[in-house]
Formats: sequence, C-alpha cells, structure tokens
Amino acid sequence: MIAEIGLAALWLAAALAALQLLAGALALKHGYVGGAERDFARLVRPAAITQALLAGISFVMLLWCFAITDLSVKLVVTNSHSMKPMLYKITGTWGNHEGSMLLWVAVMALSGGLIAWLERRLPIRTMQATLATQGFVALGFYAFLLLSSNPFERLPVPAAEGQGLNPLLQDIGLALHPPTLYIGYVGLSVAFSFALGALLTRQVTPEFARVMRPWVLGAWVFLTLGITAGSYWAYYELGWGGYWFWDPVENASLMPWLAATALLHSTSVLAARDALRTWTIMLGVVALSMSMLGTFLVRSGVLTSVHAFAVDPERGSFILILLALYIGGALAIFALRAHSISEGKRFAATSRESALVFNNVMLSAILGVVLLGTLYPLLTEAFDVRVSVGPPYFNPVSAIFAVPMFLVMAVGPLLRWKADRAARVQVPMIVVGIVIVGVLAFTAYLGDYSILAVLGLGLAAGLAIASFLPLRGRKLTRIPIATWGMVLAHFGVAVSLFGMASESAFTKERLAAMIPGESVAVADWQITLDGVDPIAGPNWTALEARLSASRAGGEAIAVTPQARTFWAPFQATSESALLTRWDGQLYAVLGDSAGVDQEGNQRWQVRIWWKPFVTFIWYGGLLISLGGALAIIGRLTKDLKRRRAVRRGDEKREEARELAAELEPETA
Amino acid sequence: MRWTLWIPLALFAFFLGVAGYMLTQPKDDSIPSQMVEKQLPEFELPAAVETMPGASSADFIGGKPKLLNIWASWCLPCIAEAKQLEVLEGQGVEIIGIAIRDKPADVADFLERYGNPYTRIGADDISQLMLDLGASGVPETYVIDAAGKITYQHIGDIRLEHIPLLLEKLDEATQ
Repeated sequence: MIAEIGLAALWLAAALAALQLLAGALALKHGYVGGAERDFARLVRPAAITQALLAGISFVMLLWCFAITDLSVKLVVTNSHSMKPMLYKITGTWGNHEGSMLLWVAVMALSGGLIAWLERRLPIRTMQATLATQGFVALGFYAFLLLSSNPFERLPVPAAEGQGLNPLLQDIGLALHPPTLYIGYVGLSVAFSFALGALLTRQVTPEFARVMRPWVLGAWVFLTLGITAGSYWAYYELGWGGYWFWDPVENASLMPWLAATALLHSTSVLAARDALRTWTIMLGVVALSMSMLGTFLVRSGVLTSVHAFAVDPERGSFILILLALYIGGALAIFALRAHSISEGKRFAATSRESALVFNNVMLSAILGVVLLGTLYPLLTEAFDVRVSVGPPYFNPVSAIFAVPMFLVMAVGPLLRWKADRAARVQVPMIVVGIVIVGVLAFTAYLGDYSILAVLGLGLAAGLAIASFLPLRGRKLTRIPIATWGMVLAHFGVAVSLFGMASESAFTKERLAAMIPGESVAVADWQITLDGVDPIAGPNWTALEARLSASRAGGEAIAVTPQARTFWAPFQATSESALLTRWDGQLYAVLGDSAGVDQEGNQRWQVRIWWKPFVTFIWYGGLLISLGGALAIIGRLTKDLKRRRAVRRGDEKREEARELAAELEPETA
Repeated sequence: MRWTLWIPLALFAFFLGVAGYMLTQPKDDSIPSQMVEKQLPEFELPAAVETMPGASSADFIGGKPKLLNIWASWCLPCIAEAKQLEVLEGQGVEIIGIAIRDKPADVADFLERYGNPYTRIGADDISQLMLDLGASGVPETYVIDAAGKITYQHIGDIRLEHIPLLLEKLDEATQ
C-alpha cells in the first residue's frame, strides 16, 4: 500500500509539473491581462507548491519502505536487508540509482515549492517563466523515473530476504556524499531556471541577481563539501597516496564547481553594479550543463574511470536526451534572446568589476581545460584512437590560468567598485608581493622542488595575507557577515593551496620489502615491521601489518594497514593506515608478499609516505564551505532587514496618507 | 542577431553527436600492447637450467613462428598454464621460455613436476627482458614471427579456450 501511495504521488507530482509548465507558458505567452489567461497565471504558484508536497510524500514513502524493509518492493530487496542497522537502512534509500533520482526530484520540487511560496521580489512574469522552466526540468526527471527506473516496482512474489548486506557500502561518508552533491546540483538547476526566466522576459536586473544568489551560494557550499569529502575518501580508500587523480568522475564534480564559482562572482557583480548581464545568464546555463554532463559521464560508462559505478548505457541515453532538451533548448533561447539584453553598466579597467571579470574568465578557462581533457578521450575514441589524459596535461595547463587568477584574487577585494586608482592599493600590494617573492626564494633555496609546488607555496602565503586585507582599517564589529564569509572562503583557498603545494614538494616516500623486525626511516619517522597477521571480518579476510612508528626517537605508535579481500562480491581493497599529526600525515599501505630472504624469512612490501600539511587541503575545503555558509546568512539577514524596512516605510506612508485623508475635509 | 551567440549551441551539438555515437558503440576495455607489430628487443640470456640451452633474440629468426613464454617456477598461474603449453608443443609449436628471477634448482624441479614444453630457457634474473617487452606480469606469452617481429601478446595464463586463438595467431604470423 505504501509503495502504491508513493507511486501515485509521483505520477500526480509529474502531472502537476506539466501543469506548472503549461500554465506558466500560457500565462507568459498571453501576458498578465485578466480573463482566461489570468486563470492560468494564478495556477503556477499553487501547482509548484502542491508538486513539492507530492514529491516529498513520494520520497517519504520510499524511506518508509526501506525503514520497514518491505521485501515485496524490488528496490528494497536488491539494496537492503532486514539485519542492517536502521541508519544504513535509511541511507540505503538513496544508495542506488532509482532512489537517488527520486531524492533528486524531491529536493528539486521542494526548492521549486519554496520559491513559489516565498519569493515575491521578482516581476510576476519572470516568476512565471522561472517556475515554468522549473516545471520543464522536473518533468524530464519524472519521465526518467516513471518510464525507466520506477523505484516502487513490486515483485510478483515477495522475497524471503534482501540482498543488500554489503558492509563495504555501510560507510557514513558514502551515505552522505551523494545527497551533498545532489543538493548542489539541484541548487544549480534553480539558478538555471531563474536565468532562463530572466532571459525569457528580458528582465536581467540586479534584483534578479539578488534573488538567485542564495541558491547559487547554497549549491556552491554543498558542491565544495562534496568535492572535499570525495577527495578525502579517494585518498584513504584507494591507498595510492594521492588525493586527486583527474579521473572523469572527479572532474565531473569539479566542473560544476568551477562554473558555480564563476557564476557566484558574476552574480555579485550583477547584484551590486548591474553589469555582466548576458555573461551571468550564460554561466547559469553552463553550470547546470556541467552537472548534467557529469551525471551523464558517470552513469553512462562512456569513459573509463577508477571509481566503479553502476553503469548503464540505456540510462546514459536517457540522460543524454534530457541534456539535449535542457541545454540545447537553453542555448537556443540564449542565441535568440541574448542580443536584445544590453550588457549593462560600464566600468573602468582598474575596478572591482574588472578584477572579478578577469577571474571569471580565468575560471572559465580552467573549466574549458578540464572539460577538454575529460572529453578528449571520448573524442579520439570515436576515431579509434585510445588515449588517456592525466596530470601531465591538467596540472600545468590549468596552472597557466590559475596563477594569474590567484594574483588577481589577492588584489580584487581591495579595489573599489566602478573605478579605482592602482596607487590606492599600492602598499598592501607591495607587502603581498614581497611575501610571495620571499617564500619563492626561500623554497627555491631550500631544495630542488617542482616549479608548480614552489609557485603554489609562494601564492598560498601571499593569498593567506591578502585574504585578510579587506578587514584592514575597518571596525571589526561593523563588517557585514557576508564580507567575513568572503574573507574566510578566500583564506580557505590559500590554506588548501598550501596543503597541495606542501604535499607535492615535501612528501617523503619509501617502498620497502621488509622482514618482521626490520625497520626503515621516512623523514624523521622510524617505522618497524613487528609482524603480519591474517585477520577475518564479517565478509572479508585480511592480512594486517603491525607497524610501530616513532617520530624523532619518541614513543612508538601502532599503525595497522590491511590488505583486504572481500568475497561477496569478490574484491581486493587496501585499507591504508593514517597517523595524523598537526603538521602532516603518515600514510602506510601493505602490499603483496615479496618472496623470502636468504634465511627464508617472509618479506612484505610496505609503502610509507610522510605527507607534510596534507590535511590542510581538506581543512581549506571546509573553510571555503564555511565562508559560503556565512555569506548566505549575511545576504539573507540583510535582505530580510531591508524588506522589513521597506514594509515599515510603506506602513508609515499609509499612515501618513490616512492621516492626511482625515485632515483633508477640515482644510478643504 | 549576432552569429557568435550560436557558438555555444554549435559546440554543444557537436558534443551530443560524439557522445551519442559513443553510446551506441560496444565498450572495449582491453589494453593493446605498445610492442605488438614491433621487433623483438635484442637479448642474450644464459641458460636457466644446466640441461638446456639459453635463449637469445637470434633464436627466433627463421623457420616457423614461435612462442615466447615468460614464466617462473614461483608463479602459481604458470603451473595451471603448463598443461596448455604441453598441448601446444604437441601441435608442433616451438616454445622458448624465459624464467624470471629464478634459481636453476627450482627451474629443474618445476620442469620435472609439470612437464617441459620448451626448446630453450633463458634466465632473466633482473627482469630486463620483461621490462623491454613491457610485460605486465608473469606469465605472459608472445607470438613472434620468423622475422623476429612480435605479432600478438597474451596477458596472463593460457587457458584451454585460448589454445585455438594462439594457434590461429601463429598461423597468421606464418603468412
């Protein structure tokens, strides 16, 4: 019964999305003039709110099915088990294709409903166009769910037990990672709808930018968190000692982030200065394209990736069709409409706007570099040439654009809007310049490191200082929350950059074939292999190395990396062991047995890294998200205050008019 | 109307075309060897076991196409593969073995226990030939034609179902 309610709610939600699209489109076509057209216009907001309610009900019903382990529902049988802990029963709801798509449409419908319910700032026609677009996007996803991946499908005969008791998937990180990214993607789809709404009605105004901004910021915060978590997961789970591999799946999450970062900044320019109109619209379209493209690449299996995913070409075709409809349609409308939107206000070459424009272009260039590198193998494979594009391409080519971007990022926040003189920011610039050059020279003197690592260290130091300069000479208590957000996010970039550069420059690595009792030195650590023991878990066996690590003659700490073998399904994984210190991480991996030595002792391959300050990469990511969250809070509170002030002003005016009306007869 | 505004749509249409085409193509995940169609690297290896001659690249020149089999007495899949090599030898195929990081006593022991399909066995004590061939592991088998050119690489142990394939590849190399 529960599953049927869920399915019915899903169908109804799809119907309402269609109504939302039709009513919005008709109202838009005929204008808001009363008569029959006016009835259409009246339907848009309630349709969006009801659709949100129904999609929410549908998702809750699926949650319920998973919570009670309803073994007559196919999805539950294939992905759950009655013996699972409740937490993983619940998170298992979206740990599969169908459930995750339902979560996606539910979040999308809820945000659409929220806009329809609360958003009153935009012109009514822009609102209708936005909600119609939202309905159109949602309709595609409903069709995808209902026609090709129905989550509520029943089995003719209920199963005796579920098949989804795989402890490998019972990981809290794995449970929270997908929804984090989905919320980010949905935020971008809302930005897309706003962008198209504004484009259709030619109302690309600062007000539109202010309405769209919290959605872009929210999407960006969640994408940042998603990438940070994903990168840490790859770091400890794959056991290769790296945190980023430029793999298609990773690039699929990076590209929407780059687009969202650019969009975020150009939205700020539009909101503050009424410039960059078409550019902001274009980025809104690009941001959603990148998230859809990422989903397509990950799910269709057209590219080979180190991260295993349930790949299905049929679903891939469906996503490609949706991509063609949404993005093709949006780009066609853009081509037809964009010329009738004027570029907006002008600004001088030395100004906050041009710094932001410069960084926007650099971000877009990096996006282009990553996109090209990711799609290039797909292109050459179409001509039967197999290539693999890796760090030797991505690192230097993106650095060409990243280095100037970081330099301008240090100056930009100090400049004034509209026009400024370079002389005004001379002193802080010279200080930052000296810091960068000083660190560059010092690192170059320290040793022979790769050019990118040295540049990274210098820029990180300069940027760390520069990110706090906007606070200089201001009363700290009077600085808006949003500015604190910017400072924190920019500082987070510096922290992250420092972690990456330090990891790449100072990592010490040792691959040794050790017999028990032997010890090796890595940096100032002394690592001794005490022994290797077989151990067994619920559905795996493992060889566990007992290592003791001591730093600079200090106390020995036990480190136990494992080489695990799962048997259902068969899979070999290496569980790296991490020892975190404030200034870095010791990372140990147990490899294969490496034969015997002369006396017949078993030798083991042990791989050990000392990675100074590597954790800063992820601390930086967290700081960036925190900065974004502060910016949302700052913008929203300011907005609410302004709205309250406007209302109070209206009331006062009303009172004054009433008073005047009362007085009028007497004076007359 | 500005034509530049149509560029994004055109690029996107191009991507759709390529992606759509690739979706209809069957996925091939095999890794072709870079050494296939290249000349066998020059080498001269001493005998791995006293009773048999060593192997050199010159041994492959002339006569019929031959198999070059990389193996080792310490390698478990090589034991599984031994029967199939015997079958190939029975079909008149000449197999030259390369023993990787092995000891003469262990090699002799292995041959006695699992049979000896080889005409020659060279000892590659530092995996030099393995690196030159770009072999990914042990065992691995190469088809070498009479001019000393590598025409086929088989990664992993030879199973029963691979025998017809190898015979076919040897046949192709004859022409």
